[in-house]
Amino acid sequence: MFIDFFYLLKAYGVPVSITEWMTLMEALARGMALSSLTGFYHLARAVLVKSEAHYDRYDLAFASYFKGVETPLELTEKVLNWLENALPPRLISPEERKQFENWDLEELKRQLEERLREQQGEHHGGSNWIGTGGTSRFGHSGYHPAGVRIGGDSLNKSAVKVAAERNFRGFRTDETIGVRQFEVALRRLRLLSTKVEGPKEELDLDGTVKETADKGGLLHLAWTRGRKNQVKVVLIMDSGGSMMPYMRICSQLFTAMNRSSHFRDLRFFFFHNCIYQHIYQDASCQMNSALKTEDFMRLLTPDYKAIFLGDASMAPSELTMVDGAIDWYYTNEEPGIVWLQRLARHFTHAVWLNPIPAPYWERTIGSYTINLIREVFPMFELTVEGLEGAIKKLQVRK
Amino acid sequence: MQAERQTYFSGTRDYIASQELQNSVNVAVALGRPLLIKGEPGTGKTMLARSISEGLGKKLLIWNIKSTTKAKEGLYIYDTVQRLYDSQFGDHDVSDIKHYIKLGKMGEAFLAEEQVVLLIDEIDKADLEFPNDLLWELDIMSFDIPETGETIKAKHRPIVVITSNAEKELPDAFLRRCIFHYIAFPDAAMMKRIVQVHHPDLPQRLLEEAMQAFYWIRSIGGLQKKPSTSELLDWVQALVVGGISPEKIGKELPFLGVLLKKDQDFNTVLQRLQQPETPKRSPAPGILRNW
Repeated sequence: MFIDFFYLLKAYGVPVSITEWMTLMEALARGMALSSLTGFYHLARAVLVKSEAHYDRYDLAFASYFKGVETPLELTEKVLNWLENALPPRLISPEERKQFENWDLEELKRQLEERLREQQGEHHGGSNWIGTGGTSRFGHSGYHPAGVRIGGDSLNKSAVKVAAERNFRGFRTDETIGVRQFEVALRRLRLLSTKVEGPKEELDLDGTVKETADKGGLLHLAWTRGRKNQVKVVLIMDSGGSMMPYMRICSQLFTAMNRSSHFRDLRFFFFHNCIYQHIYQDASCQMNSALKTEDFMRLLTPDYKAIFLGDASMAPSELTMVDGAIDWYYTNEEPGIVWLQRLARHFTHAVWLNPIPAPYWERTIGSYTINLIREVFPMFELTVEGLEGAIKKLQVRK
Repeated sequence: MQAERQTYFSGTRDYIASQELQNSVNVAVALGRPLLIKGEPGTGKTMLARSISEGLGKKLLIWNIKSTTKAKEGLYIYDTVQRLYDSQFGDHDVSDIKHYIKLGKMGEAFLAEEQVVLLIDEIDKADLEFPNDLLWELDIMSFDIPETGETIKAKHRPIVVITSNAEKELPDAFLRRCIFHYIAFPDAAMMKRIVQVHHPDLPQRLLEEAMQAFYWIRSIGGLQKKPSTSELLDWVQALVVGGISPEKIGKELPFLGVLLKKDQDFNTVLQRLQQPETPKRSPAPGILRNW
């Protein structure tokens, strides 16, 4: 029963297991889908999908599998009323308002209808879906997009339509990190907790028993370390020119990390394309903020978890040649790759985050140097999923 | 009617549950699976368990998880230190280990004479391995106490509600056994119902103004912590107690500290409030700018 749907879900990247599928079958046998597609939509989602990050994929799979099962899309009276009441562009910026003046309500309605219809068909990662992208005319809110509002009344709506609305698109983890997702990403960094250092303040039962026995039965309490987050992190960022397109996302990561208070210590350093004998404490990478990389390694003990952030794209000479540094006044006696290898040896836990999406690593202009650096550092793309992988990597020694 | 109320959850007087949420609860109850609830802070995850216990007329046991909580503590605690101390003075009978075994919340739930609702609150606060350590017990609803050789078996399978703030990823094996529900942030209509349930005598005007101001604040980009349902409820309460007239709410945002908990957010909102061209009232939550 619906076994194709199971495989379709898997194909869309929802991690479903046999256990969950059997649970769903049990629930269906008990009539818990309430004999309706909407009921089935919610039931299957509750049983099969275990993260809001996968809701969107589930919606896509559902819409594709059950497309056409229910009546075709209609705009309800309610939606039209709502449109009439709620679309005055009061919170739109002046430029946008100009565009807006050229549209009348009828036109808007038509467009909305059209867009809803488009949405039911092929729609993978388009940019003007109602309310979610932030670029559509039909709403700018991520949290309260018009789409949610339209689909909110699930009782008289078809499940396919609810699915097609893709209200949970914002939760997808494979998209590049945006403002909202940063909070989540940062929480993940809390995974980096460790038990190897810190004060001993918890009772060690085994130790107590042993020591008490050693003392001939006179109770002696032994203590062990608590489980606080004792992690120390250093973020080393490329602030070179090729990073400009990614500056926004990088500064978001920077700000977000800066605000996070759950690390025991957090340091920031900068470099321009590649690291040589100097590393900088300021994003401008001027000599007045320079620190000898040797001193840097002395200052930051190997137990710091090192996160390198850069596009790793540069002229091969910058990485492999003596005096290859991009700044003409800068001379380096050792090629950049040697310094990178040295840093990789120094930090027992290190990863490289790359704002360039992983599928392009083989094809982009800098792919030669990207691949050279990938041999030195485990590289992850700068998305929520990539960051997650990086955090996992940071927990184990290389 | 009475019998139906016992088995079917449909929200309670002071807790409005969406149809989806009700379905999820009922599926979890019927299948005997733990219900895992996620959602923004303040969307009523913990309140849900209270509501289920009230709605189904069952006792509620709460197991609050902290970063130091270990899975075994929910089953039982063997107070070895006490026993060792007692053994040194010889004024207690230390030969019977049972005196030093205390059941945890899960143990209590298993031994209860009636089916209970067991809330495992904020499971993500605990250690990474914590959920895995509970897998077996949640599955077969029994555990052994090796110290006494006893087996504690659930007399009635408790209704288990687990909440998570997504601070940590939960292990797949654990997730597979749960029914999952994500509580989305309520839309304006839903929110209105929620507020009215908590403050039934609220003047319409005050409610509307407060809601508009609330959604306007939520719409401001760059807030570190957006105000949530529980904060709105507190705020409305404060407005009523403070005797604030509805006209002032949108203009002055009194008692802003109830809604916003961070200095920076406070400043951001006040700045936006002072910009003359920014409307202080939102026409509708649907078209607010979020970034």
